[in-house]
Amino acid sequence: MPSICFYFQVHQPYRIKKYSVFDIGQDHRYFDDDNLNEKGNRAVLEKVAQKCYIPTTKILLDLVHRHPEFKISFSFSGTVLEQLEKYSPEALSLFQILVKTGNVEILDETYYHSLSFFYSDEEFIKQVKMHREKIEDLFDYQPRVFRNTELAYNNELAVLVEKMGYSGIVAEGWEHYLNERSPNFLYRPKGTNRIKLLLKNYKLSDDVAFRFSNKGWKEYPLDASKFSQWINSINGSGDTINLFMDYETFGEHQWEDSGIFDFLKALPEEILKHPDNIFKTPSEVISSYDFVGELDIHNVLTWADTERDLSAWTGNSMQKSSLKKLYELEDDVTSSDDDLIKEDWRRLQTSDHFYYMCTKWFSDGDVHKYFSPYESPYEAFISFVNVLNDFRFRLDKIKSN
Amino acid sequence: MKVLMFGWEFPPHNSGGLGTACYGITKALSEKGVEINFVLPRNYGIEENFLNVIHTKLPKIKMREIDSLLVAYMNSMSYKKMFLSLEDKKNTENYCGDLLQEVHRYAQVAKEIAQDVEHDIIHSHDWMTFPSGIEAKNQSRKPLVSHVHSTEDDRSGGQGANPHVFEIEKSGIKEADKVLAVSNFTRNKIIDNYDIENGKIDVIYNAVNKVDFDDVCLSRRLNFGKNKIVLFLGRLTLHKGPDYFLKAAKKALDKNRNIIFIISGSGDMDSQIIEQAADLGIADKVLFTGFLRGEDLKKIYKMADLYVMPSISEPFGITSLEAMASGTPVLISKQSGVSEILNHCLRVDFWDIDEMANKILSVVDYNELRTCLADNGLSEIDKFTWNKAADEIIKVYNTLVISKKRINI
Repeated sequence: MPSICFYFQVHQPYRIKKYSVFDIGQDHRYFDDDNLNEKGNRAVLEKVAQKCYIPTTKILLDLVHRHPEFKISFSFSGTVLEQLEKYSPEALSLFQILVKTGNVEILDETYYHSLSFFYSDEEFIKQVKMHREKIEDLFDYQPRVFRNTELAYNNELAVLVEKMGYSGIVAEGWEHYLNERSPNFLYRPKGTNRIKLLLKNYKLSDDVAFRFSNKGWKEYPLDASKFSQWINSINGSGDTINLFMDYETFGEHQWEDSGIFDFLKALPEEILKHPDNIFKTPSEVISSYDFVGELDIHNVLTWADTERDLSAWTGNSMQKSSLKKLYELEDDVTSSDDDLIKEDWRRLQTSDHFYYMCTKWFSDGDVHKYFSPYESPYEAFISFVNVLNDFRFRLDKIKSN
Repeated sequence: MKVLMFGWEFPPHNSGGLGTACYGITKALSEKGVEINFVLPRNYGIEENFLNVIHTKLPKIKMREIDSLLVAYMNSMSYKKMFLSLEDKKNTENYCGDLLQEVHRYAQVAKEIAQDVEHDIIHSHDWMTFPSGIEAKNQSRKPLVSHVHSTEDDRSGGQGANPHVFEIEKSGIKEADKVLAVSNFTRNKIIDNYDIENGKIDVIYNAVNKVDFDDVCLSRRLNFGKNKIVLFLGRLTLHKGPDYFLKAAKKALDKNRNIIFIISGSGDMDSQIIEQAADLGIADKVLFTGFLRGEDLKKIYKMADLYVMPSISEPFGITSLEAMASGTPVLISKQSGVSEILNHCLRVDFWDIDEMANKILSVVDYNELRTCLADNGLSEIDKFTWNKAADEIIKVYNTLVISKKRINI
C-alpha cells in the first residue's frame, strides 16, 4: 500500500534592483527594487500572495478539516518568510494556522536558498542553523528532514546532513542514477548509515506542476480522478509516491482559470477512494518504511531542466565568476562585526541571482525568461557584479578601519 | 521564375546596408533558381569593371546599368553638393541637377527595360527605385514587390522628412502587390505613416554571411596597450546617433580612461562630430577612420571589444550582425529592427546616455560578460542566413505568379 507524500516549496528571493556602474560607491541599498516596477520584490510577493499563497492555503485548510488523514509538507526559504512578515502577514498567518493543525511537516533548508553547500561547509551549516531558528520562531517547529536548494544533491551532502542530525533528505528521482530501480522507495545514500533518501516522482509531480494547463499534452485536461488512477496503478510496486513541486504551481504557474484549484480541492477525496492509499509526511514515510538499497550519486543532481544538474546556475562564465567572487569574500565578511554586511552578502547568495544569468535559452528558455526581472541574462550579470563591486568597496573600508 | 529587380547600390560600391542586403538576397535567390535581372543606376567614378566582378560571383544575375548620378542615402541637398563638385571634372550634360528628377529619369529608362527584358515579377528596393518599379509595372502588368529597407521617417531622424520623398515612398507602397519590410519596427512605421492595410506587408529580416567575417587576420594590429576599443560604425548622420555615442563616451571616460572610442564612417555630420569630441574634452580618446570597406571593415569589427549601434531610428541594422559574426559583442539601440530578433546582445534606449555608458563600462570591465556575449552571439547569428531570407521571399513570389512559374523550397 503506497503512501502519497506531498512537499511544496515556498520561496521568493530578494531581487537586486537595476544597479549601474555609476551607483557603485553611492548606493548600498541593493534590494530596494522600486526600479523593477511590477517585477520588484514587494510587488511580486503581493501578487503571488494574492494569486497563490492565500487562496491555496485556504483550500488546504479546508481539505485538512474535511479529511483529517490528508497530510502535506512545506519548505520555506528564510527570504520568503521575511518578505511574508513584511508584505503579506495574512498569508503568513494562514501558513501558521495550517501548521498548527498537525497535518503539516516543515523541512529545513538554507535560510538564503543558496548553493552554499558547494562552496563552504561552514556557511552552509550557518544558514541551515539560521533557518531552524526562523522556523522555530515563526512556527514553533523543529524539522527532521532536509531539502537543499533546487534539490541539489550528492553523496557528500547526505553525509554532512546525517552528521547534522537529520533523519531524511530529499532529491530528484531521476532514472539516470536509479539503474532500473523505482523512485517510489526509500534509499540509503552511499557513505551514510541511517539517513533515508526520498526521491521525487518527477513524472507525476511534473504532470501537475508543468503540464497541467498544456493544451498540447495528450492527457489534457487532467482531473483529480484521472490523476488518482495513475497513483493507484503504482499500488504494489512502491512504498511512497513523492509529489514534490513549487507551491506557486497553484494559481501562479498554473493560473486559476486552468482549473488547478478545483483539481487540488478534489484530489484528496479521489485518492482516498482507493482503500490502500494513505497520505504521509516525509518523516512518517521514513518511520514507516526501510530503505531498499544504496544509491550512489556522485555528481550533483538537481530538479532543474533536462540536464538535472547545476548548469542553469553555474553553466556559463558570468555565473561561475560571480559565484567565485562572492564566496572569496567569506573570510572578510564573517570576521567583520557588521550585521548589515553579513546580511547583504548572504542575500547575494540566493540561487535566483545566478539563474537569471543563465544563457541556455534555446532548450529551456521560456521558463528562465518568465521568472527573470531583467531584460536579459547579461543585464542580470551587470547589476549583480556592479553590486558586488560596491559591496567589496564597503568591505575594504571596514577592514581598513 | 524571372525577376526584374531595381536597386540603387551594390557591393563593393555601396555606402550602407542596402547594397549588402541586395547582394545577399540576389545571391541566395539565384542559388535557388530565381533568374534575376538586376538594374542599377550607374555609379560615378568607377575604377574597376564593376559588372564583371559581379558576373563572376553571381553567374545567374545579369547586371544592367543606367547613366545616372544616383548613390544611396542621398537627400536633395547632398545630391546637389555632389553634382556641383563633379561639374569641374566631368561632362555632366547628361545628368539632371535635381535628385527627384533623376529618380524619375531612372523610372523612364526602367520602362524601356521592362519592355525589353522578360520577367514574371518586379522587385524594387527602397524609394529611389519605386518610380521605376511602378513604371515597369505599368508597362508589363506584372506584379510589383516593393521592398522597404528604410523609410523617410528613419532617414530624417524624425526631423523634417522630405514631402516629395514621402510621396514617392507612399505611392511605391500603395502600388505594390506586396510590400516587404526589414522588421516589424519598419512594418509598423509603414502602417502608421502610409495608411496601408496590415496584410499586404510581410517582414523579411536581413542576415549576415558569417564566413565573410571569420577569416580576418589582424596581422598589423595597432598597439592600443591596455586600452579597450569601443566602435561606432555607420554614416555620420542624425539618425545613426553618433552624438549620443560621444556623450556616452564622455561619461564612460570619466570613470575609466583606458578606452579608445573609434568612429568609422562619414556623412553630413563629419565636422560636427569632430568638433563635439573636442568640446567634450575627449578628442585624444576618439579616433576617426573615415569610411571603411573590405578588409579594413572586417578588421575594425574584429579589433573592437564592443560595437555600439546607438541609432535613433534603425529599420534593421545589419552592422550589428556583422559585428557579431566577427566575434564582437554588441550594444544596440532598442529603436532598431534587429533588436526584435537578437537575444545575445545588450540593449539601450538611444537617449539613455547613462545606461549606454553603464553598459559600455560593464563590457570593458568584465571579461566574462564580453566572452559570453561574443560566444553566444557567434552561435546565435547562425539563425540569420540569406538562404532563409530568400526562402521567405520565394514564398511571397509564389503567391504572386501562376503555378507553373513557382519554385519549390
